[in-house]
Order: sequence, then C-alpha cells, then structure tokens
Amino acid sequence: MIENSVEILLVEDNPNDEMLALHAFKKHNLADKVHVVRDGAEALEFIFCTGAYAERLFVNPRVILLDKKLPFVDGMEVLREIRADARTRMIPVVMLTSSAEDRDVIESYQLGVNSYIVKPVDFEQFSETARQLGYYWLLINQQPSEVS
Amino acid sequence: MIEGSFEILLVEDNPNDEMLALHAFKKHNLADKVHVARDGAEALEFIFCTGAYAGRLFVNPRLILLDKKLPLVDGMEVLRKIRADPRTKLVPVVMLTSSAEDRDVIESYRLRVNSYIIKPVDFEQFSETVRQLGCYWLRVNLQPCAVA
Repeated sequence: MIENSVEILLVEDNPNDEMLALHAFKKHNLADKVHVVRDGAEALEFIFCTGAYAERLFVNPRVILLDKKLPFVDGMEVLREIRADARTRMIPVVMLTSSAEDRDVIESYQLGVNSYIVKPVDFEQFSETARQLGYYWLLINQQPSEVS
Repeated sequence: MIEGSFEILLVEDNPNDEMLALHAFKKHNLADKVHVARDGAEALEFIFCTGAYAGRLFVNPRLILLDKKLPLVDGMEVLRKIRADPRTKLVPVVMLTSSAEDRDVIESYRLRVNSYIIKPVDFEQFSETVRQLGCYWLRVNLQPCAVA
C-alpha cells in the first residue's frame, strides 16, 4: 500500500539533482513527504494512479517539480496531460530544468506551468534554489483544495 | 511620458498594504521599479496602455501582484483580461488578497493565476511574505520574454 498524501512530487531522472534537492528539502525541514519518480511515464502513473500506482489513493501533491528532459515521456507532455484533466489541472507545477531556451520557457507558460526555474549549475546555488522554491510553494502559496 | 519598463505592477487599493509592500521591496533591494495602480480600471489601463497610460510603451511587467477586491473592476476580471490577450497572457500574476475562501482560490487557479497568497494580518509576517514572494518571482523564477 502506497502512502496517500505527498507534499512534493519530484520528477527527476538525474540522480545527482535528485540527491541535492532531497538534501535541501530535508535540511530545511520543508517536506517529509517527497515522492520521486524518475521518468515521465512513471510520473503520469503516479499522478493518475495507474499502472504501478493503481493502488494509490487519488490525492494531488501540493506541488509538482518537473524536469523537462525525461525518459519515455517528455516533461512538456506530462504537463500537457496534467492540465488536460479536470482532477489535476489546478495543481501547481514548477518546471525545474537545465534548459534556459526561450522556446522552452514560452511553451511551458503556454501549457500553463505556474513557474519556470533554470537549475543553477553550482551546487550551493542549486541547494539554495531548492530551499526557496520548497519554502515558497509549501509555506507561502495557497494551493487549491481538492475538487472532484 | 511614462517610462517603459516596470518590474512589478502592484494593484492595491489599501494604502497600508501598499506602504508595507513598497517598504519591503525597498528594504530588500528587490525592485527599483514598482508601479502602483489603485483600482482595477487603472490596472487595465496600465497593462494595456490605454486611457491615462496611452503614452506608455507596451512592455509587460515582470510580475503583477493583484488584490482580489478592487474598486471599479474586480481583480478576477483583471486576471481574466490579462489571460485573454495574447500580449499579456503569459505574464506571471500572483493574487495577494485577504480572501481565504475556497471559491476564490479555485476561481483564481481556473483563470490561470500563477500563485495565490493570503495576506498575513500581522505586520511583520506581511513584510516577510512580500520579501519571499519578491525574491521568488524576481530572482528564482524565469519569466517568459516579451512575445509580440
């Protein structure tokens, strides 16, 4: 049985970035409940409770951190599917990616991303960015309550 | 002649909240250029360069902070018009309001607000929240560049 409520869904295929983000969240007590999925297909199964996650109760994470380049299903496609489903369309989604290309930024906003963050290359800065975004989306922002 | 580029457009009719927000931005060197509009009609004129702002160059602010309850035109209607125009539909908009009602939160996200923040009643907390949101949206987030 998979635990019901997840505060942050981190969609990340790079083990270093995953480790850094989890470390930053832990260090600043931002999230006990972070679930990590490592490709776009697994992200969709988790979000929509299908496949390996068919047993999961359908409760939206408070925020989804989405990498753009992902195995199997691209981050843009994951975002598109989140925004196309009435159950998930209002979940705050933040792109956290190494791409600073205008077309990726614009396409993400066009698909309704809430925020777009370019991963800092520097270790310390990445950790600080993870802290700030965790703090902002979990403690400052008010997310929509569950709607069926 | 009104200067072309503003970092933040603050739409706020409460003079106390305006003063507190401006003070927080200044204190933390977050934004030199904050323009304040005191009702929804003035906000629309500023954003779309009409009426009193017909002489303004059409450059989107990096961030719009929008109160919900506003004289003349309501914050929700301002948000709707921002999202309906291709020139402005990707501008990051944050609701900064005293309303914690579910229907306001949900309606805002339906209209594709980027983030929803409930104004803390406490002076110190309000100032800290403004600092956090300014840091996040001006330093961490990457906004889409102007699209024609």
